[in-house]
This record gives sequence, C-alpha cells and structure tokens, in this order.
Amino acid sequence: MKSLKKKATFQNLITYAIVIAFWVFIQLWSMAGQMTSLLNGLLVPICTYVILAVSLNLTVGILGELSLGHAGFMCVGAFSGAFFTKAMADTIPSVGLRFTFALLVGAAAAAVFGILIGIPVLRLKGDYLAIVTLAFGEIIKNLINVFYVGKDSRGIHFSMKDVASLGLEAEGEVIIKGAQGITGTPKASTFTIGIILVLIALFIILNLIDSRTGRAIMAIRDNRIAAESVGIDITRYKLLAFTVSASIAGVAGVLYAHNLSSLAATTKNFGYNMSIMILVFVVLGGIGNIRGSIIAAVILTALPELLRGLNNYRMLIYAIVLIAMMLFNSAPKSIELRERFLEKLRKKDKKEAA
Amino acid sequence: MSFLSYLINGISLGSIYAIIALGYTMVYGIAKMLNFAHGDIIMVGGFTTFTVVSTMGGNPILGVLAAVAVCTILGVTIERVAYKPLRGASPLAVLITAIGVSYLLQNVALLLFGSNSKQFTSVVEVPALKLAGGQLSISGVTIVTIVSCIVIMVGLTTFINKTKMGQAMLAVAEDKGAATLMGIDVDRTIGVTFAIGSALAAVAGVLLCSAYPSLTPYTGSMPGIKAFVAAVFGGIGSIPGAMIGGIILGVIENLSKAYISSQLSDAIVFSVLIIVLLVRPTGILGKKIHEKV
Repeated sequence: MKSLKKKATFQNLITYAIVIAFWVFIQLWSMAGQMTSLLNGLLVPICTYVILAVSLNLTVGILGELSLGHAGFMCVGAFSGAFFTKAMADTIPSVGLRFTFALLVGAAAAAVFGILIGIPVLRLKGDYLAIVTLAFGEIIKNLINVFYVGKDSRGIHFSMKDVASLGLEAEGEVIIKGAQGITGTPKASTFTIGIILVLIALFIILNLIDSRTGRAIMAIRDNRIAAESVGIDITRYKLLAFTVSASIAGVAGVLYAHNLSSLAATTKNFGYNMSIMILVFVVLGGIGNIRGSIIAAVILTALPELLRGLNNYRMLIYAIVLIAMMLFNSAPKSIELRERFLEKLRKKDKKEAA
Repeated sequence: MSFLSYLINGISLGSIYAIIALGYTMVYGIAKMLNFAHGDIIMVGGFTTFTVVSTMGGNPILGVLAAVAVCTILGVTIERVAYKPLRGASPLAVLITAIGVSYLLQNVALLLFGSNSKQFTSVVEVPALKLAGGQLSISGVTIVTIVSCIVIMVGLTTFINKTKMGQAMLAVAEDKGAATLMGIDVDRTIGVTFAIGSALAAVAGVLLCSAYPSLTPYTGSMPGIKAFVAAVFGGIGSIPGAMIGGIILGVIENLSKAYISSQLSDAIVFSVLIIVLLVRPTGILGKKIHEKV
C-alpha cells in the first residue's frame, strides 16, 4: 500500500511538472519575441478547456457516468462570476480581488446546480443519464437567454420578460440583458492565472482520486452492487464526485467569462456542442487518465487554430483525424494488429540480444 | 380555432421528429449505439433534393428519390467504414466516432454549399385544405407530413413483424450471439437497419425543409437531438414509442411556442423529458430491465 501511494504521488508530481513546464516554455517563448497574437489569444482558452476536460474526466472516467451537459455548469459559473464582478464594481474596487471572489462565486453557483441536477439525474443510468444531462445543459442555456437582471439603489431586480419590466430607477444599470448577456466585464483572466487555476483543479482532483473517497467512487464505477454491499453510500459519493466536477467547471466558466468583453449564452459556447467537444478531449486523452485529458485538450484546442491557413478545410481535417484516431485506438482489429506488431519487435530485440 | 391549428402544426412537426426518431431507435435497438450523425443525414437529404430540384431544375419527386438513394448509400457506407470496425469496442468510443462523422458531414456540406442559408423550394404541391368555412387552414406540407408518417409507421411495423429480415432485426436486437448461432447474418442485418434508418432520415429531411424552408449545414443538428429526445421519451428501442414520443414532443413544442414563450420552448421540451424519465426511467414504452447481481 505504501509503495502504491508513493507511486501515485510520483505520477501526480509529473503531471504538475508538465503543466509548470508548459507555463515556463510559454514565458520563454514570449520573452524571445516569438509569440504571435493568434497564439497569445489561445492561451487562456487552452487553460479553460484543460480545466473543463480534467473536471469532466472526474465524472466520466472516475465516476463512470457519461455527462453531456458539462457546458451547462460552465455557463452557470461564467454568468454568476461575471455578474458578481459587474455588480460589485463599486463595493470592491480592486479588479484582482473581485476576480478572486468571482471565481469562488462561480464555483459555488455551479456546485449548487451540480447538487440540484445531480440528485435527480444520478438515479438514471447509461444513455438515459447522458440525454438528461444534455437536456439540463440546454435548459440552463435557454433560461439564461431570457434572464434580465438589473441593479439600482434599491437593490437587485430580476425579470424573465424584458428590460422594462425590471422597473429600474433612472440611474439603475442592467447587468444581464437576456440574449445579449453581460457586456463590459473587465478582462481579468491571464495565462498565469489560468495555469494557477489548472494546478488547483489538478490538486483537488488528483487528491480526491487518491483518497479514501476516491477509492469509494471508483468502486462504485467498477461494480455498483458490490460497492453497496460493503457499505459504501452510493448516492452520497456519486453526488460528491458530480458536484466537485460541476464546481470546477464553474471555475473554468469564470475564467472564460473574464477573457471576453461580452458574454452571451449561444449554441456555440454553452450548447451541447461544447459539452461534446469537452467529452472528445476526455475520450481521446484516455478515460480516467487525467494527464491524457490535459494533453488532448491542449493539442485539440491548438490544432484547429494552427491549421487556420487551410481555411475551410481545417474542421474537415479535424473530423477525419478524430475518426481515424478512434478507429486506430479502439477498434478490436487495430488493437490486435498493434499487439502483433509489438510482439514481432520484441522477438527481434531478443534475437539481437542473443 | 387557433388552438386547433397550433395542435395540427404540432402534430405535423411531431411527425417529422417521429420519422427521425424511428431511425434513431432502430439503430439503437440493434447496434446499441447513439448515432449522433443521424441528424446530419437529414441535412444531406435536404441538400440532395435542393440540388436536384433548385439547381438542376429536376422534378420534385425525382429530388425526393435522389435524396433517399444518396442517404441510404451514405448511411450504409458510414456504418461499414466507421462503425463496423468498432463493434465490440467501448460504447464511448463508438459515440465519439459518431460525433466525428457528424462533424465530417457538416464540414463537407459547408465546403460544398457554404454557410449561407439556402432557400428550399417545397417539394409538396398539394393545395391547402380549408375547413370550417376557411377559418381553419391546413397547409399541403402538413397533410403530406402527417400522411407519410402514418404510412411509414404502418409499413415499418409490417416489415418488422412479417418479413424474415424484420424478424432477424428483432433477434439481433435481443441477443447478437444467439442470433448468430441461429444462422442470422448479423452484419447484414445491421447494414439493412442503417439503410432503412438513413432512408427515413432523407424523407424527414425533405419534409422538414419543405415546412421550414431554410437550409444550412447545421439544419439537421437540432432536429436530430430533439428526435433523439423523442426516442428516449418513448422508450429507446421501441418503434411505437418513437412514434408517440415524436408526436408528443412536436405538440408540446408548438403549443409552448404559441402560448408560453418561443425562446423557452426548447427548455420546456427538455423539462418534460426530464420529468418523464424521472417517473419512468426507461421512457413511456421502454422495457424495464432488471438488474442481476
């Protein structure tokens, strides 16, 4: 047990080291003046997607439940965080401090949604669970599009109709404007903050996996009935993993929101397509493999942008690469072929050694 | 009267969902996979008819036949190239491959036709039906959609219950291994299922574009997801379930658009799905699966 633990700690240290090395590399790269504005604009999104992929891997890989609504939690985090930053503009003048609090607010709001959605959803299984999480993600996106929130001297006002029905005073300010969303959020997200958040997310998730709780969660994944019969509280641990995953996605949302000057919930950024894209990172990186998720998220976020020169063909290439990789990685025939090839190599090595 | 016309339009929209959902549910029942690319086959069907009718000036019926042919071949090819090698792999791997196929179809369409929406000319030339002294008008597309949905439903049920191929499908859906031992060619049966599902998607695509005449590479995406919801709603794997699920979904969507809010109609549809699944976790007509230890 002790050596196992040591091995896990060592593996985790490598994961942290990779992230820090990436940060150092980018810093050196920009000091050398090699940084293009395209690449620079990609850095915060990369951190956002890494956090999302790592947190979804907790649900899909460790808990073993397919969720197609991860973008919904990101959406909750993004809007609650950006709302906090805007609403507290006078109370907390320091942008950095406000951003820190906004991250906590985003995490808390997403966690609340994680619990609210998790309680009913986690009773379902397999594809049914997947479709219900997808449904929840779409509902969240739709509701935010009809949500109006304003602030004046009397406090905060909500409405689900239009700006006029908020009944604001003359000097009141509309913060969330329905389909137009939130505009004028300060651009507080930087690459360094992104990397720090990635490290925090990793710290939480890796420690959770290596803890007693994590082992209970994985026991539920591997055999629910056996886990239940040794006294593991299924509902509690499932809900815990789901909520932690949601809350970290919320943090990614806050990071995302503070990287944009205007935030609106569209099909493109918070729709099911985004949830699916995050799932692609997780699956390609290896289900349950946290380090794999990080690498897949970085490569797959950068790849379409680096292929920009190919214009319209880039998404086509992305699609073909995706299909080819899945076939290469998962098709039983291809696995067999690869094993036979490796076997041949090994035999050759032995012969040469002898 | 307006309620009745909303209801009829809802049934018509629901019929389109039902036709798409039939394809979803058949493929799920047999191959146990969520075919995310199914929605994009609808779009391919729409574009094929668009090309034949609007660009080449062909006959609308020829356009529909061309769409069915293209989609059938496409569906079978996709199954052969992308899904067949993954038989026996984890369901998630198949799901991601299906997503890859969906991206591929969308982007090929984007390259061929561009991202601007195309004005689709309706292939239906049936005049509108006027009832109650002209107070209630039912458009030709609506009539054709509802009629084709009924025809497809009856045809498909007969096919599955009366033909050898249909029985083979049921057998494969029940137990692949046992079906193989009984001398059923599982690969061929799955291929035929994909062919039928894709042909239905082509019909749905033409009907959808005739009723809502704007066509983009992403046209099929949302109806595909809704049809998937409809299939789950009715109990995935069940053919009458897909039909009922589709029509209920269409009616709820249209009525909530008319009476509650057009922006919230999707949210309402999805909420109803959630409530149904919480009460009946395997859908309205889904089979209950007992868990064995």
